[in-house]
Amino acid sequence: MYDVIIIGAGPAGVSAGLYVKRANLNVLMLYKGESALEKAEHIENYYGFENGISGKDLYLNGIRQAKNLGIDVKNEETINIRIDENKKYTVITENETYKTKAIILATGNKKNTAKIEGIKDFEGKGISYCAICDGFFYKNKEVVVIGNGKYAVSEANELINIAKTVTILTDGKDLPGINNIKIDTRKIRRILGKNRVEEIEFEDSKKLKVDGIFIALGTADGNDFAKKLGIITKNNKIIVNENMETNVAGIYACGDCTGNLLQVSKSVYEGTKAGLQAINYVRENLNV
Amino acid sequence: MSVLKIGEENFEKEVLKSEGKVLLDFYADWCMPCKMMSPIIDEIAEELQGKVKVGKINVDNNQELAMKYDVMSIPTIMIFENGTLLKTFIGVTDKDDLLEQLK
Repeated sequence: MYDVIIIGAGPAGVSAGLYVKRANLNVLMLYKGESALEKAEHIENYYGFENGISGKDLYLNGIRQAKNLGIDVKNEETINIRIDENKKYTVITENETYKTKAIILATGNKKNTAKIEGIKDFEGKGISYCAICDGFFYKNKEVVVIGNGKYAVSEANELINIAKTVTILTDGKDLPGINNIKIDTRKIRRILGKNRVEEIEFEDSKKLKVDGIFIALGTADGNDFAKKLGIITKNNKIIVNENMETNVAGIYACGDCTGNLLQVSKSVYEGTKAGLQAINYVRENLNV
Repeated sequence: MSVLKIGEENFEKEVLKSEGKVLLDFYADWCMPCKMMSPIIDEIAEELQGKVKVGKINVDNNQELAMKYDVMSIPTIMIFENGTLLKTFIGVTDKDDLLEQLK
């Protein structure tokens, strides 16, 4: 059982981790995929670097700093988070399942917004972002999951015993090594329907009749987890108070996933605050 | 009792034939986001007691009602005014956004 699991290893996640670790709590940091910071060519507006620094160097320095301090850092994709009894959490990654008392979401900004025509129009009308929440409405119906990674496979597996058929649509990408789920790699042109989702039109102009579409593009981010856990979001940003607390006890969010300024300094501040708050939470509520 | 239990048997009386605004929370017991939404709905019921009717609909027991109103994702929160659907919110929604619609 970890005291705190941090998802994300950018400036917010690492800053949170430094404080949690220095408070002698048991902390795990999970990360996967590209960080927005890694892609920033040169950062000149952050304190203490007289000649600036490349985003990639700053990012990798941060991860090394976390490791040097003894934080358990793992390059593993988080696929799901579950709330257990007694205010504890289970974090499921591609390799392992971990238990924790508190979670800090520092997953960065949404990287995989779906650009398929019709998605926005049918949200809540056949388009869902949470298989475990909405699968119920598709009992014995035909559903698809749009995505091309382990997250999409995980969502499809949640639906397989409920829906009549489940197909993963990769929208032109590869998804090798999946045996139990039907996969269609054709490029998607648009989603069609009157008042609700009815059909998917592919680039080859052929159509597929569907009752429901579950979106699970790329790796799951803070916003995806928020929707599954019941954390309040607005415009794909996680809503936190001044202490980085979400509406779910023991879950904090910091950095780009909470919106506003997409700056390293803001992420460091929010990570610090989230870390300190998580320390208090674990000590006060869970008798460490 | 500030939050009403609404179902097929009392929907017409409590919602469609009700004057003023009615806030409805479509939920299920197994739905984690619904559990997080529930205390927010309770707070609104308490704060707006006597001004706005607040009800919860269990979709497991009221599937026809859920289908009739195209509920395909939970929680879904609907606000009715004088029996007419005014606004639908899908997913866990900020309390302030709901209060704004209930003014």
